[in-house]
Amino acid sequence: MTPIRASVAGAIASIILILVVVELVRGRRLKERYALLWLATGVVLLVLSIWREGLNTIAGWLGVTSYPPAVLFAVATLFIFLVLLHYSTVISRLTDENVDLAQRIALLEEKLSRERPPEG
Amino acid sequence: MTDGRLVAIVPAWNEEGAIGRVVDEIRAFDAGATVVVVDDASTDGTPSVAEAHGATVLRLLFNVGIGGAVQTGFRYARDDGYDVAVRLDGDGQHDASEIGKLLAPIRAGTADLVIGSRFVDPAGGYRPPFARRMGIRVFARLVSLLGGQKVTDTTSGFVALNRAGIELFATEYPHDYPEVEATLVALRSGLRLAQVQVEMRERQAGTSSITFVRSLYYIVKVMLALLVASLRRYPRLETARR
Repeated sequence: MTPIRASVAGAIASIILILVVVELVRGRRLKERYALLWLATGVVLLVLSIWREGLNTIAGWLGVTSYPPAVLFAVATLFIFLVLLHYSTVISRLTDENVDLAQRIALLEEKLSRERPPEG
Repeated sequence: MTDGRLVAIVPAWNEEGAIGRVVDEIRAFDAGATVVVVDDASTDGTPSVAEAHGATVLRLLFNVGIGGAVQTGFRYARDDGYDVAVRLDGDGQHDASEIGKLLAPIRAGTADLVIGSRFVDPAGGYRPPFARRMGIRVFARLVSLLGGQKVTDTTSGFVALNRAGIELFATEYPHDYPEVEATLVALRSGLRLAQVQVEMRERQAGTSSITFVRSLYYIVKVMLALLVASLRRYPRLETARR
């Protein structure tokens, strides 16, 4: 059975995560689009912390018999991987878009200097 | 038969010692060709030297890597309606007097992409160090296997293309260490590829961008890129029927 303290600590940590994410979105320092995965992480961890029988049941399915809160760690780790992977795709897209912009600017500047030679 | 306008695309990063001569040699080969030097955010005088020698200079805002720089040149060629493009390195290792050899299959309409290879003729003078020779050979074998046509030199940066090739590479071109993957992309897109023997010179000035750690990254990155490129679908360009 999950120790009650582990459940309380897990719930508090999840609530803090959710509050921080909401505050960042409210202050426009985090876009909703990138907040969603974090909020999902917080909500899932909160549910698994509060719903103690559920956590035990899932731990039973996974064969984790000695210490059910380990499932909390596993789920948290899984979500962190998801968030990181998501960011890797975002960075890749941004890189491509940046190169595209640099190329366009180079082409446009050349065209501009052809039409209107710089003062010399 | 294509007799269209020729553009020479020369990517350059900190090559002020070599770029002037590269531009001069291209103009000596074909005075009517447009020479486009793509300056990959050099910190030396590369762009002004190139300009002083009569090249059109495309200045990249920040360093985007050789592939991104070369692609800028292909986009220029596409947007300005060039029919034939040749791409040479800015360090002077490619001999501009050999451009004619590369252009011949394109002018004759028998190829869309011509690679200047150091290994078409086994008696060719180029003997790179063992490790590099093995690397070049492994990539050549892999691309030949995945692309369905024998390629002898996939790492060469001395190539010529017709309009179909220009259009393909203007949209599909890897941003770093591009040559090997680009060859496979060309084959999988249905471009007709030809290879001609060329000599390459020692670099004229500056330093090569290849170091040990980078070579490792190079090998792994290119392997992954080839694998992924062979899983991807590319639009088939039915160039032969044009």
